[in-house]
Amino acid sequence: MSDVVEKTLSALPSLLSLDSNAGAGKLSSTSKLGNLIRGITELTSKHDEEKLIKKELAAIKEQVASPNTTMRQMKEIMVRAIYCEMLGYQASVSYIHAIKLAQQGSVLEKRLGYLAVSLFLNESDEFLLLLVNTVLKDLQSTNLNEVCMALTAVSQMFPKDMIPAILPIVEEKLTHPKEVIRRKAVLALYKFYLIAPNQVQHIHSKFRKALCDKDPGVMTASLHIYLQLVKESPESYKDLTVSFVTILRQVVGGKLPMDFNYHSVPAPWLQIQLLRILAYLGKEDQGTSEMMYDVLEESLRRAEMNHNITYAILYECVKSIYTVYPKAELLEKAAKCIGNFVLSPKINLKYLGLKALTYVVAQDPNLALPHQMTIIECLDHSDIIIKRATLELLFRITNAQNVTVIVEKMLEFLRQSSNDYSTVDLVGKVAELAEKYSPDNGWFVQTMNSVFSLGGDRMQPDIPNNFLRLLAEGFDSVEEDRQLRLFAVDSYVLLLQGETASLPQCFLQVISWVLGEYAHLRPDQASDPGKVMRLLTRLLDQRHASAQTRRWILSALTKLCSSPVSIALARDVGERYFGSLDTVLRQRAHELMILSQDAGLRGRVLSAEGRLEHVEVDSSLSFLDGHVSEALAAGAAPYKPPHQRQEELAHEKALSLEPYGLSLPVSLSTCSITDRLTDRQSPTRLSISSSVSGNSTELSLKGGSTTLKLDGVKRVWGKEGYLVQQPKEVVEETPLPPTELPSPLGSFQSPVSQTQTASPGPEPDQERQQLASSLFVGVGTHHSVCLMGRTEAAPQRFRRKPKGTGSSSGTSEHSSNSSHSSSGTAAGNTLDSTTAATGQQISQHALGHPPVNGNPIVETPGPLPPVRDGGVAAEIPTGHTDSGTLADPNEDPVPVRPRDLPLISHLPAELSGLARSKLTTLCPGPDPGLALSSCRVYKEDALVLVVFVSNNSDSTLHRVALRFTSKQLEVSCVSGDLVEEVKGHSVATCQYAVVMMRASVDVELAGLVSYQRVPGQPRATPFSLRLSLKHFIRPLTVSTGEYGKMWLSFSHDVKQNLRLITAGDQSPLTATLDTLRDRLHLHVVDIIGSEGIVACRLLRGQPCLLHCRVHADSLAVWLRSPIPEFPDSLLYHCQKALAEA
Amino acid sequence: MQFMLLFSRQGKLRLQKWYVPQADKEKKKITRELVQTVLARKPKMCSFLEWRDLKVVYKRYASLYFCCAIEDQDNELITLEIIHRYVELLDKYFGSVCELDIIFNFEKAYFILDEFLLGGEAQETSKKNVLKAIEQADLLQENLDFQIRLFPAPS
Repeated sequence: MSDVVEKTLSALPSLLSLDSNAGAGKLSSTSKLGNLIRGITELTSKHDEEKLIKKELAAIKEQVASPNTTMRQMKEIMVRAIYCEMLGYQASVSYIHAIKLAQQGSVLEKRLGYLAVSLFLNESDEFLLLLVNTVLKDLQSTNLNEVCMALTAVSQMFPKDMIPAILPIVEEKLTHPKEVIRRKAVLALYKFYLIAPNQVQHIHSKFRKALCDKDPGVMTASLHIYLQLVKESPESYKDLTVSFVTILRQVVGGKLPMDFNYHSVPAPWLQIQLLRILAYLGKEDQGTSEMMYDVLEESLRRAEMNHNITYAILYECVKSIYTVYPKAELLEKAAKCIGNFVLSPKINLKYLGLKALTYVVAQDPNLALPHQMTIIECLDHSDIIIKRATLELLFRITNAQNVTVIVEKMLEFLRQSSNDYSTVDLVGKVAELAEKYSPDNGWFVQTMNSVFSLGGDRMQPDIPNNFLRLLAEGFDSVEEDRQLRLFAVDSYVLLLQGETASLPQCFLQVISWVLGEYAHLRPDQASDPGKVMRLLTRLLDQRHASAQTRRWILSALTKLCSSPVSIALARDVGERYFGSLDTVLRQRAHELMILSQDAGLRGRVLSAEGRLEHVEVDSSLSFLDGHVSEALAAGAAPYKPPHQRQEELAHEKALSLEPYGLSLPVSLSTCSITDRLTDRQSPTRLSISSSVSGNSTELSLKGGSTTLKLDGVKRVWGKEGYLVQQPKEVVEETPLPPTELPSPLGSFQSPVSQTQTASPGPEPDQERQQLASSLFVGVGTHHSVCLMGRTEAAPQRFRRKPKGTGSSSGTSEHSSNSSHSSSGTAAGNTLDSTTAATGQQISQHALGHPPVNGNPIVETPGPLPPVRDGGVAAEIPTGHTDSGTLADPNEDPVPVRPRDLPLISHLPAELSGLARSKLTTLCPGPDPGLALSSCRVYKEDALVLVVFVSNNSDSTLHRVALRFTSKQLEVSCVSGDLVEEVKGHSVATCQYAVVMMRASVDVELAGLVSYQRVPGQPRATPFSLRLSLKHFIRPLTVSTGEYGKMWLSFSHDVKQNLRLITAGDQSPLTATLDTLRDRLHLHVVDIIGSEGIVACRLLRGQPCLLHCRVHADSLAVWLRSPIPEFPDSLLYHCQKALAEA
Repeated sequence: MQFMLLFSRQGKLRLQKWYVPQADKEKKKITRELVQTVLARKPKMCSFLEWRDLKVVYKRYASLYFCCAIEDQDNELITLEIIHRYVELLDKYFGSVCELDIIFNFEKAYFILDEFLLGGEAQETSKKNVLKAIEQADLLQENLDFQIRLFPAPS
């Protein structure tokens, strides 16, 4: 009794204070929070604030620790703690008490407890584990408020590992009578799906139920999940298209309750969500798109009111129309709609109009033409965001004719901008445009100089790398190479004569490398050999040059010391840096000294011819063969590639029950092959610093040799994908008179006439008109209107010189021929090759490739007309791997053991037509009456594991259930998770869909079968099976162009040399790629000459691309993927497949 | 949506909600930089920002800035309306809301936000329903003295 009284008394003061601010909006004048807030507002200095908060936090600490503090007081303390956190001070002492409050408080206190927890903690926080029990309890509470709170908390943060603990209860809530609970439950599941998709896989059918919920709120909530699901795999949800279309039609038609209207527009959130889902479903799918044309048009038509919310819907609608399979009529309407955005006086709409244009000009550059004047206006807009968006748009419509104007605008922006993020991005774009469309050498060098000075050291390291590589490799004409290099050298000499302190380090490094390499091209080099040397020496001694830069300068100096004057200078420099604390610098200085003293060495190393010599780098390190075999003979362990080591490490932890498989490396006799197999080269994107390692004089002669020597690979893949080698051939056939070509600048022919007809409104002044014509020149004139993807191949001015050395195919020979014959028309061919290239590529698409979207079966079989000289295309088998069924020739197609036959007959009918593996027996467990076998069925979109449970005894088995556990695999049951009974001498089948979460070479799948011989006496037997990466690989059908784009966007790569297979009359490359295709389910995209490109993907996962090139008697393979482990593991399987072939 | 921030013209943070986990240090950095960037913009300028790799949508109501960070695919205009709907909700609840209401009753503002947006997605777009949910809880507070575990029958 007294206890109760005490509680009531202690609660009184806070009750009173609560009462005083019970009315919403009234300020709590007496509360502690009020005091705290007022105290802080009165303070003037940050220091005072800090002091006050420190005091407050100390008070909080004391209060929470006191056993006399009631929950009600605790609630008040929490509010103060939240406030302190918001001001940026940590109140970590209160975290645990927030959890306690959620656990023990009354409903209201609990609500605040949950709020505090959600504000204080992240989902990775360990404290959250303490909340699991509370959530569990509240979810089961009869008080709806508590259930709501728990669901709200769960949808904001919940530890991933604990999801299984509450999942069944949350699932249960999907059928709760109150719609608010159902809605929150759906959102909680959405959250679970986001953080642990595999956990909720089995309840996908329940999502469908939520989609059909009678309450629109619940249905809307379920769309969040569907958006995510459809985004990840549109294929699996095509059947829902009709439902989504129907819902959207109803919403647009105003069939929802008025509650859902927002500013008299029916459920805009819902509309936008549906439009996004439809866009994903209709993308590149004509059939599905056709279902939605009507409703898209209706949405476009209905959204006519002039309010932000209708514009939001319109914007989404336009995006969807341009994403789904195109329909001319709709596109026209959408384009008109974009026009309304662009021309709107409201700045937000204008911005979105520019964004939409940026999105659509990729498909049709003509769309930008009517808005030229608006774009020009936006280019000079006072709002930097608008300016930036305009530049982005211009970037998309750049061509060889307007590049100078657009790049100038971009550089102007860069000079004013101070935002790092956009600078880095824009600098990359300028460099890309300069490389692609540069009109002449001088402009190119000047532009790159601006890029380096503005981009500074923040820019992507591949910009300077590419630039240097371009200079070093040169392109088709020797004379032009010389001019470009000389231009660069001259401009750098000029720069170094001025003030250098403002130049970024990476620019200084570029300068030193170029000067070291090409200063000899200067006409005055002979008369004044020390000039460049002195400039570099001056730079070397300046304080602002970093150690890194100094190393570059020293190697440049090393390359330059050939004349007596420079030798003297070099010796001087060498002596000064002889004792440098920097090891690399010191080594360079030593080298310089030795070189300057030894004339014989100089003659050998710095000979004039040596510059042109290609230094052969023995990347397989074959000169170490002797050492390796000695070491092996002495008992050393053979080298293992990383993936193998990893795998073995994993094996060590568990007993391996499998017989030892084929181990690839190494036996002494195959030492040389091994070397080739394990010949791993470093990835292409070497940072500049890596040249430091080239510390011998021979290597430093070539300066940043790492940026140069890497590829002797013929340049076939460019920024735009596959660089067409043949255009010149076409040029030859239909020579275009140079007069027909518009001059790069200020061509006022066709675009101007279009400007005048297209731009309405007031007459723009002369200057803008001129700017417009120079900006939009060439836009939409030679680009054919192409709606599905871009097929145009950009005329790449600085295309690397093709190095078709030693390849046997006719193609490369041909291309070198044609490049020879057309080299006379040096300036012309870069421009007019566009049309030729487009035509060429289209013809390749039509003949050489299986269609991307269409049904592969319609592909005409039989010999194809020879497209290219070698007729390589005819040798590419068509459609084979693209069809729905996959063959697995690795294993015997049909099992021959008679025992298997009855089992296979149990294979579910829907799987019987598909490719499958042979049966494997799983557990010869202690129970002879029970036998498990499994077989893999390769579906296009899944790997189905079929497990046959055969009861070989007379008695019946009850409650047979299989459980799988694997960290790397995601196993979800398709059917037969729990079989109630298996009669004597009969077989039950269970199906599981298996997905590999992380690419690894192969994976152990452990399972447990539980059953009851006698009801009530459960027994269990463990079993395991191995699944390998190749079971999860499916061909990826892409076009050469798409391949090229993907290739550039992937960051993880691995290179290795593989064995070539020779078979009959096929060329070794074709034979090898065919073997890989058949054994690993890869898709051979294209074979050109001595190179082939291959693509595959991981089931429900990321792609991996392979670029193969015949090099002497091996196949140099270069793999790239967005995920790091994939190339490594795939490579292992490639090796294995070829070794077994 | 990645996060939502409310701050005053003086740059004081009034409310913060993070829908994507961030370290405390990162939160502070983002807040500081973003508040600076937004405050530096002039009134007639565009409400959308490309900031780092995010899209930021902001709007000023009286002395308060409402600021949301969204993902690349999200619709800027609808985000602007989300902000507006939230302001409408606050306005209805507090009765012509002002900055002081939010300063002194920020927990209420959080509760309203949680009923409106859940896990970064619009949960309930019907104004009536959101307020009903909040009022139900508030009603509870008034009945507290009589019976704590009372749940009012659905109206």
